[in-house]
Amino acid sequence: MISSLADRIEISLVGKGGQGMILAGMILAEAASIYDHKNTVQTQTYGPEARGGASKSEVVISSGEIDHPEVINADILVALSQEACDKYSPGMKEDSLSILDEENIDCTPATPFVRVPITRLALETTGRVITANTVALGVLVGLTEVVSRQSIEKAVLARAPRGTRQLNRSALLKGFEAAEALKMHT
Amino acid sequence: MAVSLMQGNEAIGWGALAAGCRFFAGYPITPSTEIAEMLSRELPKVGGTFIQMEDEIASMAAIIGASVGGLKAMTATSGPGFSLMQENLGYAAMTEVPCVIVNVQRLGPSTGRATAGSQGDVMQARWGTHGDHPIIAISPTSVRQSFDLTIKAFNLSEQYRTPVILLTEAIIGHMREPVDLPEFETLEVVERVVTSSPDEYVPFSNEMGDVPPLAGFGQGYRYHITGLFHDQMGFPTQRLDEINPWLERVNNKLNNHLDEIVMVEEDIQEDATVAIVAYGASARSARHALKVARSQGHRASMLTLLTIWPFPEVQVEKLGERVERVIVPEMNLGQLALEVERMVGRRKVVRVNRADGEMVTPQMILDAIEG
Repeated sequence: MISSLADRIEISLVGKGGQGMILAGMILAEAASIYDHKNTVQTQTYGPEARGGASKSEVVISSGEIDHPEVINADILVALSQEACDKYSPGMKEDSLSILDEENIDCTPATPFVRVPITRLALETTGRVITANTVALGVLVGLTEVVSRQSIEKAVLARAPRGTRQLNRSALLKGFEAAEALKMHT
Repeated sequence: MAVSLMQGNEAIGWGALAAGCRFFAGYPITPSTEIAEMLSRELPKVGGTFIQMEDEIASMAAIIGASVGGLKAMTATSGPGFSLMQENLGYAAMTEVPCVIVNVQRLGPSTGRATAGSQGDVMQARWGTHGDHPIIAISPTSVRQSFDLTIKAFNLSEQYRTPVILLTEAIIGHMREPVDLPEFETLEVVERVVTSSPDEYVPFSNEMGDVPPLAGFGQGYRYHITGLFHDQMGFPTQRLDEINPWLERVNNKLNNHLDEIVMVEEDIQEDATVAIVAYGASARSARHALKVARSQGHRASMLTLLTIWPFPEVQVEKLGERVERVIVPEMNLGQLALEVERMVGRRKVVRVNRADGEMVTPQMILDAIEG
């Protein structure tokens, strides 16, 4: 497969504009590059609107040199909205994993997937829907270990606006917890 | 410094600061706005000036004025803004005023697809302004190279008294990669040196080699500047014996120094029958395809063009002599391919094009390698 060069891992984080998926991609890329010392490229695609529309952040992680900077056939998809899921889930690798926000997404991709109530967990844990992207990062790392838990925590905290570190930390830990629960059931 | 995850556009801003840029005038436009955003924050810290102008025509005029006044100056824009800058870009070429214009290309024509990348302004960078004129355009393929080539753009601009276009696109401009920038003090930076006194200064001399030094206005030097053809003191002229030497000097001042201006990266396999010639974001797709092709046993070479204009004629011609086919992937309908065809012959060139705002995929290039 053309995307299977060295140990290239391709991750797409998708949602509606405003859900913070581009920021989530940046944080994941910082965890991989600054803290895990791996080659990393992050790219993003968004529409002209400031809110709404499908928004996508892509992170490619490899121990080798990364040439093509975009996802070719994703290994991992995290989707927070139906439109973005429909638009970006085709083309996933056969042995890929899609992590879908249970309440926002109502479809069944042809490739392996799990449903997690990401937005609801965010609301219950922090009282703020806006932390769904941090919960999503927790689920993603908890399930796939694509970066280490310590690294994603450092990266989340380094990006957290002043006064929200504890809030973001609890959102991330809730994501880890949800991942553990899923692993217990499978 | 320390490793940080940096966007291509941000790296351009840091490159400008490292090169000594102390004046930026611009008008925000996607996908270039991050450059203005970071320089509006960082320039005042080093005593520089940031101005948001009323439009791109004024932005271009402002950086020419700042440069004549003695500062290294830059603007940044994208397609629609780059179109508006063309008239004053010609003025900078005619008056031999150093300046750097960043064009973070987006899909056109017109308003096009504002948030999508493109390599559609390659020919505009060369011939967008009217009349025969020298121009340098260089194109980075990574975040680190966005930093390095911005410094190079300033250095070439100062050294040859010419506008230099940094031609990047939304892909590289918005992409983030980990970079560890060097300490600015360690970098090679070209500064203006004027040796003659104000009394004997000749701003457009044809007798001081290809590039007469530029003295800053308001620094004791008195001379005239006009977009009209001018004599050696800068005053308008209709005399053919003044116009022709100017034309000759100015249009040759780059051609006589191609060794210093033309930058390419060569990845040659001796017995390759096929080669890729690529630049900017497309070079990233091409390198991926090249590695896959080689892992499958294909013999293939690649030439990455960092300098687009002046076109690397010698390097491309030499490459063409060694292979049967030359693949040219571009995020346009075939622009630099025309130049490659000029150097290696039309029959050898395989164009791989895409002009919908998305990257040329490695698969498209691999298909072309496989023939």
